[in-house]
Amino acid sequence: MLEVAFSHRFQDLALDVAFQAPAGVTALFGPSGCGKSTTINAIAGLMRPDRGRIALNGRVLFDGAVDLSPQARRIGCVFQDARLFPHMTVAANLRYPSRWRRGAARDFDRIAGMLALEPLLHRRPGTLSGGERQRVAIGRALLSDPALLVMDEPLAALDEARKAEIMPWLERLRDEIRLPILYVSHSVPEVLRLATTVVLMRQGRVVHSGPLAAILADPQLAPLLGAREAGALIGARVEGREADGMTRVATAGGPMLLPGLDLPAGHVLRLRILAHEVILARGAPRGLSALNILPVVVTQLQDGLVQLALGPGPQHERMLAQITPRSAKTLELQAGTACHAIVKSVSVLPS
Amino acid sequence: MIPTDWLGPQEWQAVQLSLRVAAVATLASLPLAVAVAWLLARRRFPGHGLVSGVVHLPLILPPVVTGYLLLVTFGTQGPVGSLLKPLGIVFAFRWTGAALACGIMSFPLMVRAIRLGFEAVDPRLEQAAATLGAPRAWIFATVTLPLILPAILAGATLGFAKAMGEFGATITFVSNIPGQTQTLPSAIYALLQTPSGDAAAMRLVLVSAAIAMAAVLVSEWLSWRMSSRIEARR
Repeated sequence: MLEVAFSHRFQDLALDVAFQAPAGVTALFGPSGCGKSTTINAIAGLMRPDRGRIALNGRVLFDGAVDLSPQARRIGCVFQDARLFPHMTVAANLRYPSRWRRGAARDFDRIAGMLALEPLLHRRPGTLSGGERQRVAIGRALLSDPALLVMDEPLAALDEARKAEIMPWLERLRDEIRLPILYVSHSVPEVLRLATTVVLMRQGRVVHSGPLAAILADPQLAPLLGAREAGALIGARVEGREADGMTRVATAGGPMLLPGLDLPAGHVLRLRILAHEVILARGAPRGLSALNILPVVVTQLQDGLVQLALGPGPQHERMLAQITPRSAKTLELQAGTACHAIVKSVSVLPS
Repeated sequence: MIPTDWLGPQEWQAVQLSLRVAAVATLASLPLAVAVAWLLARRRFPGHGLVSGVVHLPLILPPVVTGYLLLVTFGTQGPVGSLLKPLGIVFAFRWTGAALACGIMSFPLMVRAIRLGFEAVDPRLEQAAATLGAPRAWIFATVTLPLILPAILAGATLGFAKAMGEFGATITFVSNIPGQTQTLPSAIYALLQTPSGDAAAMRLVLVSAAIAMAAVLVSEWLSWRMSSRIEARR
């Protein structure tokens, strides 16, 4: 658990940041210039905030009395610009931390293997592609035997093809190495694929922090991720295949049918349902081409976004629908209204 | 080997002395120049401007003034010279004095070149090394220093060339004693004062031009090799 609470005043920005990052991937999300990089510099010990307290797994890294050096903090950093040592080979870069962090040296083969770095070991950073450089930077940070991995927009400098190349490695990192990761990003797709917890930042402040699914289904917070991105993330479990090839999955709101999936029964998925892909109907709709129609209950309305509860009782999940004020009026929607959600399309995220 | 009979014994002596003086001056002041360049490039402290000014003084002052100040300070009667004399260290009218004068005169050029090198090194690389657990001295030795080697080399070459050519401060401080303190420039100057010295002076001019050219070429080649190791080459 990483606990962060600090304030710092720059000439043009006053930071007042407080959040907690549990195990898993915590995304620090916000527009450029909102103080994300400063926050991770303060956590890594590369910048001294005016005041505050930063602790990792109960160990104080910074407060009024303590200010550990970056060397003593054991925080592995992957920077946007990789920051490999240009005068050393990839192998020398990877082995750089092992002189001081002996615990990591024995992991060399495993980590080089996991990130497929063996073919690069004798090359110099100047000859690597952007994606290869980031992979080496990730390997080097892991080999410093960190208690926390901090990644500052590791994909921001890469084009789409390179991003697609790195993303699976990051997912492996999340799933195979049980290391808490703080992931700084202003890209919604990255956050959606990787994060379990999200810290939303705006102009030097934390607007909200909490589980990703809760933020996506919150009509006040979801627009902060971007207007087109509002929509829920719900859990689903594969139940089996229909004769026509469709896959039946169970969700909190009932069974849904998904095309083009080839997964065994019992496999757990995350479904992303965008608010503008959901249509609401008061009566049970008939004669529609849409296959997935779920009974829902309106829980709140906010600026054209309707939050809906899927399923009964405490296990319910939430999703969002985007509607116009006129439709809200015509349908007489208010908290507690039961209606049907017609889901036009669903995207499947690995879990 | 250069045929020694092409140069007279006194001329040859001047060439050898100049090479020795310039080499000692450069090597002895290089570590200090690196330290001062680091201080000026990387640290902000009260008196930063003053230190920078003092370092640059020999570049701005007339060399005669620098030589005179050295004489007053390091002469046998001077405050520093009289302290060093019992220890057996004498600068006045010795080749070591010429090396001291050359070292001081070339110091600002070396500091300037090396400081540019420090300023070109991305401090974020050093930050990355710190997050990997390396102590500061180790970071300096393994990251900073290798990256500024071309700048150190450029500074050393510049300093060496300046030391080979230094005239005013040297002749003021240690005079022009053949075999003792008569460097290439002072030998050329002395030869030009004698009616039949023109030919010998011209030979020394050619020698000093050749040494300067060779120093520049060697340093260019070395820094090309170093930067090609760093840049994208497989």
